[in-house]
Order: sequence, then C-alpha cells, then structure tokens
Amino acid sequence: MSTLFLAHTEADGSLAKAALEALAASVQLAASLGTPLSVGLIGENPGPAADAIAGCGAGRFLSVSGGEFSQARYATDAAAAEALCRAAGATLITVPATSRWNRVLPGVAHRLGGRADTHVTGIDASSGQAHISRWFYRQRMEAVFTRSTRPWLLALEGGIAPAWQGAAGSAHLEAVALTQPECRTRVVGFEAPAADQQTIRPDAELLFVTGAGWTKKQADGQIKLGEAETLILDFLRGARASLGSTKSLVDLGGEGQAILPFLSHLNQVGQTGSTPRHAKGLATCCHGEEPHTVGWRFIGERRAISLDANCGWARGKADVLYVADAFAVMAKVNERLR
Amino acid sequence: MPFQIIVCGSLVPDPLQTLEPIVGANGPALKNEMMLPSSLDPWAGHALYEAANLAAKHPGSKVWLVSLGPKAKLQQVMMSVAQKVPFELIALDGPAGGFTDAAETAAALAEAIGTIPGLELANVLLFGGWESASRGTGATLQLVGEQLGITEQFQGVDSLTIGDDASLRILERVEGGKHQVSVCSGPPAVLGWATGNLPEPRNNPQVGMANMRGIMPVLQKAKAAAVGTGDITFASVSLPKQARATQIIKDQPAEQIAAELVAWIRGE
Repeated sequence: MSTLFLAHTEADGSLAKAALEALAASVQLAASLGTPLSVGLIGENPGPAADAIAGCGAGRFLSVSGGEFSQARYATDAAAAEALCRAAGATLITVPATSRWNRVLPGVAHRLGGRADTHVTGIDASSGQAHISRWFYRQRMEAVFTRSTRPWLLALEGGIAPAWQGAAGSAHLEAVALTQPECRTRVVGFEAPAADQQTIRPDAELLFVTGAGWTKKQADGQIKLGEAETLILDFLRGARASLGSTKSLVDLGGEGQAILPFLSHLNQVGQTGSTPRHAKGLATCCHGEEPHTVGWRFIGERRAISLDANCGWARGKADVLYVADAFAVMAKVNERLR
Repeated sequence: MPFQIIVCGSLVPDPLQTLEPIVGANGPALKNEMMLPSSLDPWAGHALYEAANLAAKHPGSKVWLVSLGPKAKLQQVMMSVAQKVPFELIALDGPAGGFTDAAETAAALAEAIGTIPGLELANVLLFGGWESASRGTGATLQLVGEQLGITEQFQGVDSLTIGDDASLRILERVEGGKHQVSVCSGPPAVLGWATGNLPEPRNNPQVGMANMRGIMPVLQKAKAAAVGTGDITFASVSLPKQARATQIIKDQPAEQIAAELVAWIRGE
C-alpha cells in the first residue's frame, strides 16, 4: 500500500496554494497509514517545483514533463496522470481539487480500474483505514465513507489542511516516459474581465452577495439600478471583497429585465452556483432561502441586510441580520470605507 | 454539419424541499424520497437547452436525453421537461439518489447510449451537467465518455461555438472567475455544462405533445438498471448541526449599522 500525491505546475513553474494544501493532507494521510509517499508532477519543467517540496518526506519524485503537458487538456492530462499512477503503483492517489484535476480524475480512475471521489473535505485514517468526508445534495448533508476498490483517487478541496511548508532541497526527479497521446484540442487563451473589473476574488477575506432586491422598486417607487451599481462596486473596491450573486439576480438578464452589467453566472453562489470559501460573508437584498444558502457552507462569519425580518437568514443561517434598507446602509458603509 | 447530441441528465429533489438522510436497506437514502417533488437536475437542464439550441442551428441534428431514475418519477419530471425543447428520451429505471456510485451509473448510461440505433461516434457530442445537484461528484460524464472512447472532454462549459470547419470553440470555467478558451477540431467530445448562456425555454404545448408521444412508450419499456452504492461503505450521513443563533437587529439607524459592519469587516 502506498500513497501518491499528484500535482501540476502553474505557468510560472511553481505549485499553487491548493496543491500545497493537498500535499500537506497527503503527507498526513501517508503518515497515519504508515505507508510510503510518492509525488508525481506534471508540467513543462517540474524540476523547480519538485525541489521546492523536496523536504515533504516523499520517497520518490516522478514527473511527466514537456511543453505539451503545460496546457490543461483532458487527453494529455489524463495520459500523464495515468502514466504516473502506473509508475508509482500507488493504492491511494491524491490531487488538489482544481478545475484541471476535476476534469480528468474520474477518467484516470476508469483507466486504472479504480474509483475516484471528488470534493473531499476531510480524510481520517486514524482507524488504519482511510475514510473521507464529502458533501451531498449541494452541501446539504455530509457523509463519511470508505471504498474497497484500489486504486482510490481523491480530489482534495482547498482548505483541507494548511499549505505545506518545509525546506526546499534537491529532489531526484524520475522522468516517466510517455508517448504523446492523440489530442485534438489546443488551449488558445483565457477570458476574464479586465483586472479593475474583476469582481471574483477567491482570496478575499469577505464575500459580498447581492440579491434581486437591488433591482426592485425602492421605497419611492423607483428602480435605482445606477445607484445600486455604484454602491456595489464602491463597496467591492473599499472592502476588497469578492462579489457573489443569487441565481435570481443573474437570471434577470436572460429574462430581458434590467440587470447589473458586471454580474454573470460566474458570480452565482448556491444550488446552481459556486460554494466559495471566505472568512466572512455579507448578504444584501436576498431572502436567504435554502437553494441560495447551500452555497454558504464554507463561509465563516455571516451577516445579512434584508427588509424582511422573517427571511431565511433569520432562521439560523446568519449570525446577524440587520432589518434595514441596504441602499441606505451600504451608502453609509462606503462613506466609512473611503 | 449535423450533430448527434446525447444529453445525460436525471432528476433531483426540488431544492426548496427539506432533505433528511435515513439508512435504508441498500445504504443511505432520503427520508420519503419517493414522495419528494422532483425536477430535472439544474445543470443537466442547461445542457439540454444548449443541446436543443445547437440542434436547431444545425439542420439534421438530433437530441437524445438519457435519463436514469425511478420510472414513476421520470414520468412526472418529463411532463414539464418535455414542453421545453424537442428530444427523444432513453430511459433507465433505477435509483437516482445522490448516494449511488458514479461508476455504476456511468456504466448503465454508457450501455444505454450504445444501443441508440444509427449512432456514429464521429458526430457525437455528449452533453450533461458538470455536476449533479445530488451526488455532485462531477464524475459520471467523464466515465461515460471514457467508456465510449471519447478523450476530448471539457467541464464547466459556459459556451460552445461551432466554427465553419465544424471545430468547437469552448469556454470552460477555471479558477479566479476566468474561462479557459479551447478549440477542438470537432466531435466526438464530452461537454459538462455549467450554466451556459441560455434562459430556460418557455413551455411549448406543441413540443410537449410531440415529445410525450415518444416518451410514454419509452418509459413503459424502460429497462431496469442495476445501480447501487458499489464498493462504498458509508460510516455516517448527517445534516450539518451548526444552526446559528441569529441576532436580529431592527430599528437601528443606517449610520449605526454601517459603523458595526465596517468594524466587523476590519476585524476591529
């Protein structure tokens, strides 16, 4: 029995924070099980990344390298991961739950005759057998389970452990030979809002969520989209917050109604959106019903501003609910943040 | 170029329902699962609407919806889904709950897809949601793709544009609120859809009647699928215990609320 930790290098050749967190959890897992740990790296030139984690206690450092493996594509990533797993012969294989790994991990498991589990939020091997925790029904219930099939491939969510820190060194990197697989896909770039218009900031301390109330008629009977836009964007700048939205607010555009132009489905948090991780969350003009708040599972401290004292936030979903007009409150908040 | 678009999607409990886990004879399940109102899995729904939109733009294309779920529940959900867009249903009678194993589900779906008459892999686009709202692993579609031999796969797709040369320009969600832009030379490909860009289509009774003529016989003949929890041994399934003691603050001036919020944001 052995454990293999897999990661891909970033564009600058380093390992991302998510990879270092998953590495820390993998080191702990291998130690708990008393099994050897190997590391497998994929990238254009994984040498420096291997050196940076040389002190993690891994017995072997394996790599698949080359320009064709720098891009995140299913065909090349799956082939590289399969080759590394076969070379290591590991029974437990861990990866960080990045978009790149989530794309390929189940397919790799199929090729190896194993099983994969994604969105793993905890591992416990204290009984001598690995049990994982993950959420079902969009973060509405948590299960702890194990599997008998090996290899067992696990995509570990960010925050599962503090990022690995340790001494760099000189890792002996074993290159795993791999014939380039047939691949009909090329990555041609990335699309993102301009840096000053990017409202999604995964590393922000605070998540600021806007609901459909921002686009509704206010006390004076008027819709104040322009004012809402200014208040929201000013707050994001002042608080350096990440912007989330309810589905209903994002969907308004598709229904031909007036919208806040900087919102897209990428901002959506909840049942059909993301489940971000931030230390604090502030919800405004939203009812806090279950389909929305399931996306708040990993938000630490929660506050909400709503005109409805009986909304979902009041029923144990927020720490503090301010029954107030969000337009008035956020204007004052922005004054103080300037 | 005409496409053969296969959409994998099943049903999930209505998100407004209270869900409670129980231990059943075959592992964990939801309390009163068969009584809960269901709807088409949201991301699979987006995939279906994108498939129909694509098929409408490319004459000769066809959409199949491959769905595994309890026959009676499938019928209930199809009554509304069938009114949205034209498709042919391939139904499998089996459990659709979140605790079933993705590998067993994928095997059943791949086998069903393999029986579609006249399927030519070179024209196939395999669609589905990038995750379900039940199991939420984001694994089933990749496994079906692997079993069909499709190794051009994309997940978290928000946009698909077909080029004049039948190439696929695909936007996939990646970290940090960005999209990765990829170009694939053409089908076959697997696309796990996120939200896409289309609104939910309005109900069209004519489409509904046309669809239901095919759906009802398919449901009656739906083959049983042996899907369960596979090799998983569940130690526990529980609801989160953390219910917050919400402090409700009323009649406080905006200025005072703002001062509290800023102090909280700054960690003072």
